[in-house]
Amino acid sequence: MNNLLTVKNVSITYEGKEVIGGVSFNVAQGDFLVIFGENGSGKSSLVKVLLGLKAPSKGEIAFAEGFNRWEIGYLPQTTAHQNDFPASAWEVVISGCLNQMGHRPFYGKKEKEAAKKNMELLSIYNLKNECFRNLSGGQKQRVLLARALCATGKLLLLDEPVAGLDNAAAADFYEAICKINSSGVAVVMVSHDIHTSLSVAKHVLKLGNGNELFYGTPIDYEREEFFEK
Amino acid sequence: MDIITTLFSYSFITRAIVVGILVSLCSSMLGVSLVLKRYSMIGDGLSHVSFGALAVAAALNMAPLAVSVPLVIIAAFFLLRLSQNGTIGGDAAIAVFSSSALAMGIIITSMTTGINTDICNYMFGSILAMSSRDVYISIVLSVVVLGMYILSYNKIFAITFDENFSRATGVKVDVYNMAVAVLTAITIVLGMRIMGALLISSLIIFPALSAMRVCRFFKGVIICAALLSMVCFFMGIVLSYALEVPVGASVVAVNLGVFLLLTAISKLKRG
Repeated sequence: MNNLLTVKNVSITYEGKEVIGGVSFNVAQGDFLVIFGENGSGKSSLVKVLLGLKAPSKGEIAFAEGFNRWEIGYLPQTTAHQNDFPASAWEVVISGCLNQMGHRPFYGKKEKEAAKKNMELLSIYNLKNECFRNLSGGQKQRVLLARALCATGKLLLLDEPVAGLDNAAAADFYEAICKINSSGVAVVMVSHDIHTSLSVAKHVLKLGNGNELFYGTPIDYEREEFFEK
Repeated sequence: MDIITTLFSYSFITRAIVVGILVSLCSSMLGVSLVLKRYSMIGDGLSHVSFGALAVAAALNMAPLAVSVPLVIIAAFFLLRLSQNGTIGGDAAIAVFSSSALAMGIIITSMTTGINTDICNYMFGSILAMSSRDVYISIVLSVVVLGMYILSYNKIFAITFDENFSRATGVKVDVYNMAVAVLTAITIVLGMRIMGALLISSLIIFPALSAMRVCRFFKGVIICAALLSMVCFFMGIVLSYALEVPVGASVVAVNLGVFLLLTAISKLKRG
């Protein structure tokens, strides 16, 4: 198996309390894993650990050879201060290329082309010179997704990407994600929107009270849930 | 015009103008990052700590910069930590920290030298305080700040816009945050002797806010803030000379005027 990411028995503590106890899963090339669970089930902590912003208290996380943790394309939840931040959509998108810049201070042709390509892929190139704060919620998410794509060619990590979007915008967003996924980019999505997630996922991981409640394919998940009821 | 020629005929005023304009340049650029990251209080906190440090230096009869620069840099480190862990009301912690530093400064001065003109000048600023050494330090500081903002512009943009994303993509966020805090500390120590401890933080906050009224993009905001800040400082010092009021207050007044004007313009534009 070509696993991009292997998580083995990872436990995470937050402010002295264990929020995740022994979670294992892996993400293959082109995979689509949805991680869901109630608020407080440790999803955000798990995201931080995957990104290396936080160290796990136990267990290990391994990446495929030749794949660096910095090359994860991360789509964070938007923060309040971004809503009045003076920036053009273009500036935001191209800032995703920083992880390939080394010590070069300015963007070159390669970065500009990558930014253009990813904006065109998400049909937002026409918003290039728009001010980020004036975009709609769905457009903002697309801009941030394009930035994440600039940072990666292999693995996207999406943290509650449709939170705060209306149904139409969320559907558009899922469509864009599926398009990216079918082009071979693996996707890990944290979500509490179970139903739509099941329709797009190839694997699901359900967390509850810090424990792995289920890990497998959506079909198995639905079967299991059916028998539980 | 006469006022300006007279101003430059005094060498101490020329020094104050040079230092003041360079400090305005640095503080406005650093201010854009601080304001956008909701760290504006750090400037305020540092100026109070800086006052405490200068009071200690005066009491011990030591060179003011030698004592205050290291102390304020340490304070900058703590204040940054406090504002980053948003859990136990980072802003409240900063307020506590800074008013305590101010109180300590006042107690130490009262018990030693007493509240003399030096101390008054630290509080409200004075145009007389600048030595030629301050001029050199401010030139070096401006070169460093300008260099950092030009060479690391893209990284500074990314960090200011989204710290977590930048961290996840391997940008050394902590190094940049620390650099901004240290440079802010030095800027404040230099500038507060002209502007006064109570008013220096306005040099950090006003230009950024004013620039954001009219500029839509990050680069524009930084350039506009830097220009506004330098122009406002110069107008402030001319005004202070003409009306015989303290420099710090007149610089803040000019900044406030510009801010209100630009706010009105942006309101009118949007209709």
